Order: sequence, then structure tokens, then C-alpha cells
Amino acid sequence: MLDFQGYGPRLLEGAWLTAELAVLSLVLALVLGLLAASAKLSRSWVLKSIATIYSTAIRGVPELVLMLLLFYGGQIGVNVVTDQINAWYGTDLFINLNPFAAGVITLGVIYGAYMCETFRGAFLAVDSGQIEAARAYGMSHWLAFRRVRFPLMMRHALPGLNNNWMVLLKATALVSIIGLTDMVRVADQATKATHQPFLFLIPVGIGYLVITTISEVGVAWLRRRYDTGFKTGGA
Amino acid sequence: MEQWLAHVAPFLSGNDIFTPATLAQYWDGMVTTVQLVFVALVVGIVLAVPLAIGRASRSWLISGPIWVYTYIFRGTPLLIQLYIAYYGFAFVPGVQDSWFAFFINNPLYPALLSFTLNTAAYTTEILYGAIRATGKGEIEAARAYGMSSFTTYRRIILPSAFRRALPAYGNEVIFMLHASAIASAVTITDLTGAAYYVYARFYSPFPAFIFVALVYMLLSFSIQGGFHLLEKHMLRHLKPA
Repeated sequence: MLDFQGYGPRLLEGAWLTAELAVLSLVLALVLGLLAASAKLSRSWVLKSIATIYSTAIRGVPELVLMLLLFYGGQIGVNVVTDQINAWYGTDLFINLNPFAAGVITLGVIYGAYMCETFRGAFLAVDSGQIEAARAYGMSHWLAFRRVRFPLMMRHALPGLNNNWMVLLKATALVSIIGLTDMVRVADQATKATHQPFLFLIPVGIGYLVITTISEVGVAWLRRRYDTGFKTGGA
Repeated sequence: MEQWLAHVAPFLSGNDIFTPATLAQYWDGMVTTVQLVFVALVVGIVLAVPLAIGRASRSWLISGPIWVYTYIFRGTPLLIQLYIAYYGFAFVPGVQDSWFAFFINNPLYPALLSFTLNTAAYTTEILYGAIRATGKGEIEAARAYGMSSFTTYRRIILPSAFRRALPAYGNEVIFMLHASAIASAVTITDLTGAAYYVYARFYSPFPAFIFVALVYMLLSFSIQGGFHLLEKHMLRHLKPA
């Protein structure tokens, strides 16, 4: 076996943190993206403009800058709010924003903006006759969404979602700059200590390739599921 | 620049953070970022054109290695690639006395190397997709006119592939601009590095990072607008009548 000079367990812990961070931010991004896309497609211009500002502004700024802003500014911002609440109600509230939560929130908020665009396009690609048919069957709005609109939309959204997920996974590496001990940070520290860059950086790179390859299998399964009932050229 | 700074100085009175000195810092950072991204993109596209043609080759001896290259560079974070370029050569014994010392003594070179190889990998895939989308009839017609493979590529395939690749390439340019922010992780004072410096100096994250976010936004939207105009000009024949 490879000798990681005692860094082996820490690398594994780092890999686990990367995976956790990626999955949790993916969930948050999907929820935010779905909400923002629905807001963009809604009839209310207030919701529409909020969602448009959100998705446009976030996509114009590098992930790292937003991360630095939230990591260094987040606690100050939270303190301002809690101080104000304390002043009003005489409470003694203090919320500690830990780095992991800040990482999940930043990545989730950023990729929510990208997911929003993917979902919006996919919702627009759903044939409106399908939804009319569902309504004609007497389904409520929510039931029609759950049974007809969402599954049909997912078929169009999956390639884009998969793309965003790949970018998100690689963007988790940025948290190492801010101080979370993900696998990139462990490799960086180990490299500086042992002066053997390839020993640590290349396995970490392979780690990312392994995660992407595993997730390709999952995406292929989802794609088969949402393609049910549609004839595709390949499969 | 100095003149301009002298000009705006009166408007900044009473402002502790945005002094002419910090604005100059931001300006220098922007110049570094733009230079870094521009050079990486230009070299990247020069590399990507032959690579994309090779990737479309029928022989897997040519297309296989190129596929491996793009798979690795697109499948791993740019930060890892940057660290490998930055640390990879630095600890080789005797490198400080060799001709190669310039590369490890200035972090701009490892950053340029990793950014270039990264964007070349993405651009290769974009161009490859566009080449593959060329209509079969177009190529058959070119062959029927007696064009060689080389001439077919030069006259028929590449011009239309470049047009088709334009929207995706515009995204790649913005992606590269945003990705270049990690240059600050290897001590380069780019835009993000300048913002970090201002933050650390005044311990005020909001003005420092929000200002730089607006600068990036402005750059992104200018690039987007530029590509939009270019698309309008070059893809006019595809517009629905």
C-alpha cells in the first residue's frame, strides 16, 4: 500500500468532509433553485424580480469571493442582527456560525442560482397540455405538480443538474482556502510538511474522479427513471 | 491612472477604506486578473483547436490520450491543478540553480500553466462537440468537390464549428474569469487578493468584498455583452425568420 506518512486517516476524514459538504450543499441548492425558478415563473412581479436579481447577481461573481464574504462577513452580519434583537427584547441571543455551516450555506446559495436557471428552462419545456390534462382530471395544483409537472420537468433538467453538480463538487475544494479541513487542505498541509506534493495531491485528484464516476452511475439511473415512457435514440 | 486617482480623491474624503491607495491596489489586482485570464485563454484556444481535431479522429491512438487529458483536467478541481503546478516542481532538489528557477520563483507561471491546461481541456470538449455536430452532407459535398481533409477542415468544418461553439465558449470565458480568483491562494495579488488585503488591513469584510464582487460582475457582464454582440453578428443566419 501507499505510505501516506501518517496522513492517511486525515485524508480519509477530509474526503468524508468533502462528500458531506457536497451532498448537503447540493440539497440546499436544489431547494433554493426550485423555489427561485418557481418565483421566476410566477405571476407576481415582486417574486419575479427578487429571483432575477438573485440568479443574475450570484452568477456574475466568483464563488471564492462570495465565500470570503460569507466567511468573514457572515459572523459580523449575524451579530448585528442578534445584537439588535437583544437590544429590542432584552434577550441574550448569540448565534455562532461555524465554518462548516457557512460552507454549506455559501455553496448552496451560489449553486441555487445556477440550478434556478436549469429548472426554469426545464419547466418551460414541459408541454402545457400535460398540465391542462392533469387539471382536467381534477388534480389539485399541488398534485398536478407532484405527479405530472415535476417528473416531466426532471427529464429536461437532469443533464443541466448533473453539470451543475459536477461544478459544485469541484467547487468544494475552495473551502480549503477558507480553513475547512477538506481533503484538499489536508493534502496542502501534508505537502508543505513533507515536501512531497505528488504523494498527496494526485490521490486527492483521483478521489474527485472516483466521486464523479460514482455519481455518474446514480445520474444514469435517474435518467432511465425519468425517461420512462419516452423513446430515446440510444438506449 | 494616477491622474484619475488625484481626480477622485476629493470624493473619497471621510472614507477610511476607499482611499486612492486602496483603489490603486484594486486596479493593480484587476490588471493582474485580466492579464492572467487573457493569456490563459489565448494559449488555451491555440492548444484546443488541434486537440479537438485529434479528439474527433477515428483512430483511438490519437483520440484516446486526448480524451484522458480532458477527462482528468475537467474531472478534478482547478485548485488541485494549481497546487500541483505550484508545489510540483518547487521541491525538486537542485531546481533553484537550474534555468527553471524562474518558474518556481514567480507564482504567476504555475498559475498560468494550470489555468491554460484547464481551459484548453474545456475548450477542446466544446470544439469537439461543435465539430461532431457538423452536418454529414456538408462534409460529403466538400469531398465531392475534391477537397482534401485539410481543406475540408479549413474551409467547411472549422468555420461553422467555431460559430456553433461561440455560446458555450462565452460561458467558458466567464467561468475562467471566476476561477482565476483562486490565484490569490498562491500569493498572487489579483482582484480577489487585493480585496483580501483590504479586508485584512481594515478588518471590514463587507466593503472590501462587495466592492470586488461588483467589479467581477461588471467584467462578467461586459464579457457576456461582447459575446452576445458577436453571436448576433456571426449567427445571424440561424435566426428564425
